[in-house]
Amino acid sequence: MFSRRRLLHGAGALSAGLVAARAFPAWAQTHAHGLQSTLSTLSGEDIALTVARLHLNVEGRAGHAIGLNGTVPGPLIRLREGQNVRLRVDNQLDEETSIHWHGLILPFQMDGVPGVSFPGIRAGQSFTYEFPVRQYGTYWYHSHSGLQEQEGHYGPIVIDPAHHDPIAYDREHVIVLSDYSFLHPHTIFARLKQEPGHFNMQRETILGALTGRDPPLSDQMEWAEMRMDPTDISDVTGSTYTFLINGHGPADNWTGLFQPGERVRLRFVNAAAMTIFNVRIPGLPLTVVQADGQNVKPVTVDEFQISVAETYDVIIEPREDRALTLVAEAVDRSGMGHATLAPRPGMSADIPPLRARPRSTMRDMGMDMSSMTMAWPGSPEAAAQGGMDHGDMSMRDGANAPQVRMGPGVQSIAPMPVERLGDRGQGLEDVDHRVLVYTDLEALEANPDTRTPTRSLELHLTGNMERFMWSFDGERFSEVTEPIPFRRDERVRVTLVNDSMMAHPIHLHGHFFELLTGPDGKRPRKHTVNVLPGGKVTFDLTADAPGDWAFHCHLLYHMHAGMFRVVTVRPLDETRP
Amino acid sequence: MRWALIIAAAAPVALATPVLAQTDPPAMQMPWPTSPPQTQPPAEPGDQDDADHSQMDHGAMDHSQMGHGAGADSEVGNVPAPEPPADHAAERFYSADEMEAARAQLRREHGGAIVSSIMLDTAELEFGDDETSFHWEGEGWIGGDINRFVFKTEGEAHEDDVESAEVQALYSRAIGPYFDFQAGVRYDIEPRSNRAYAVLGFEGVAPYWFETTGALFVSDEGELSARFESSYDARLTQRWILQPRVEINLSADDIPELGVGAGFTEAELGLRLRYDITRTFSPYVGVSYETTLGDTADYVRADSEDVAATRFVVGVRTWF
Repeated sequence: MFSRRRLLHGAGALSAGLVAARAFPAWAQTHAHGLQSTLSTLSGEDIALTVARLHLNVEGRAGHAIGLNGTVPGPLIRLREGQNVRLRVDNQLDEETSIHWHGLILPFQMDGVPGVSFPGIRAGQSFTYEFPVRQYGTYWYHSHSGLQEQEGHYGPIVIDPAHHDPIAYDREHVIVLSDYSFLHPHTIFARLKQEPGHFNMQRETILGALTGRDPPLSDQMEWAEMRMDPTDISDVTGSTYTFLINGHGPADNWTGLFQPGERVRLRFVNAAAMTIFNVRIPGLPLTVVQADGQNVKPVTVDEFQISVAETYDVIIEPREDRALTLVAEAVDRSGMGHATLAPRPGMSADIPPLRARPRSTMRDMGMDMSSMTMAWPGSPEAAAQGGMDHGDMSMRDGANAPQVRMGPGVQSIAPMPVERLGDRGQGLEDVDHRVLVYTDLEALEANPDTRTPTRSLELHLTGNMERFMWSFDGERFSEVTEPIPFRRDERVRVTLVNDSMMAHPIHLHGHFFELLTGPDGKRPRKHTVNVLPGGKVTFDLTADAPGDWAFHCHLLYHMHAGMFRVVTVRPLDETRP
Repeated sequence: MRWALIIAAAAPVALATPVLAQTDPPAMQMPWPTSPPQTQPPAEPGDQDDADHSQMDHGAMDHSQMGHGAGADSEVGNVPAPEPPADHAAERFYSADEMEAARAQLRREHGGAIVSSIMLDTAELEFGDDETSFHWEGEGWIGGDINRFVFKTEGEAHEDDVESAEVQALYSRAIGPYFDFQAGVRYDIEPRSNRAYAVLGFEGVAPYWFETTGALFVSDEGELSARFESSYDARLTQRWILQPRVEINLSADDIPELGVGAGFTEAELGLRLRYDITRTFSPYVGVSYETTLGDTADYVRADSEDVAATRFVVGVRTWF
């Protein structure tokens, strides 16, 4: 039997040591020369990870956190395509933990979701994950237990290709974006349940209307009539979050070094619990070369939005001997993470001010008329389509989504959701430079499966911002009895319809899916897709990974509120000749 | 008379019925275009059901050689979804008992959370013409998204004398996106009539974000009364909030013992200006106008007391 006392003693000694060590792995130390010159990365076939509590120093203030091997983010796990890996995880917490390898294609029993893929790792116990590495690219790992991810239980994974890397670069930095609060995550969740909009300190006000900063009162009243808040962009905001880059708050000024003229590869991972970031380096174009670990045809932009759990690899070519500011602005503009890229440590560049916070639009309510793709009600085309009558623009008409269970958890049904793959992320609609959209992405390599789907599946992303209830098809996971079933190797066209007024990054474990954009056979493959408010996203999925898999919104508190499902792929046994 | 008042008492409830019933929120006024789109739009992907791929043997396919294109306008099949399996894949590798326990926890942690709240909505000193009184009103709850236990209390004290104090214990059930149905008991600790009541009511957010509560009370003496409250947070700035508030009480019965007449009994209009130091701690100042009405006012006059009073209030709103 385990000695609790010994465990506590050990944990205490460990955390004391960690504070002294500043709790950053070398690649995330305040001045990072780039991965190739650091030693802290974990590689090889046998990797040991220890999960324990520690104190994280955020801008000079110590907060409670959960780290891996004593750091937040956890160590970079660097693997090579084609190798096998054994990852032993020791849980030194006084609660259960787990690690999910986000984006990795592996046997379902190694996927790390307690209650779906395995029982979890109990306090004081250890578990060894073992799987072959079948892919390359930028990925990450994080806890799938409780709300631990919010407390720092995440880290990056980089897998080098077995052979030639089509992306040339001289130096690279891993950029892990996250959000940290000194509030306990259970308190954050309770606040969201107790008071909708609790963390929103950018609401429209009467003074704002009088001074012209906010829309006129008549306009505010239209939203109030619907009991909706157009400024409710993020549930948890900069009013409690410090936005971290590689575990560093803005004042900590993490600095990544480069030599002018180098091609620098930045591997962005959004490991935040709740924050979608808009990323830019003022004055420097960004060439996106990889999305969710999958190479894409290079596309050069000035800014991109990275939703929670997505990864993007970007090449920059700074030519001048001067510092640059890397800006990761929260989508609701309630704060930003920023860091410096510079030829030498100790440099800094101008930090741009926060831009004006975005405001939800009719399009975010799923009732945009300007880009209608369906026949006009009453027109001959509409009659031909079976007499669809969308003349009733009710915001909560169950007839517009017959599969949704209309209960207290469903505040609205988008009456006319439109495909939004080509839309810029919230707040970026009007910025006057190039912004990445999903339709810019084109796979570099041919898609492995280009069959026409044999069936289609529609799922609605539903919620009630007043009650902070979130679900698929109106049912929280806690009240769902059946999984979403797939036949092994079948190809299915999946449409996600966002009936809510918030964006949801939807993640399917164990699979990549092809977004329905780009040329045939070169569609971008993703493990996580951001579905804009009131919009739709369609992708084709080959259910080629037998087992049970988690499928959920990657906004941590949305998932915790019930926006989660289990996907099954059967049969489990190999039956093909 | 009694039935008329029951109807009157029920009126606020009836008014709230559209929201209680959770019919659709008002349709948005749409800027309809003046003419319909001229071009036939592209077909929606996924909506085409006429292709039949059901006879294909997908299990035997070699994906790399399938190249018949999956363009946005290609025809997606309409094979029915498979039946959900009854087994749990992980039980092939881990003990069924452990997985069962883990699944129970998974459900709790994904939509099954129990949350609680305790709010002291008003805790204030009221400064009248000749005396100062203390007034409180609070509510706590614990439960999940749909079913909750709700506890309410309110009362008033003068000097060292508690004039009125009531507690309510209610079962609350979410019946729509914005409203909860509530049923339970109320007990008046003061005044010393020590009445107990059955309570039937609702609580929620009406259009324009009016926090609204209504309840019918039936006492153990068989008397019927009702209460309706509504408040609105006018957000002057992010932290300065002006809250108008109205409370109306009605009784179907004449209760001389309590000095209550049949009909409208009391009304209170309040205006409070609070400052959110944090969202959970807000001192405020305000003014509160209370008046007795109808036959109840006659009882008050008979006692040579003031029928109505305007008071300045200073208090704090806090919750956790």
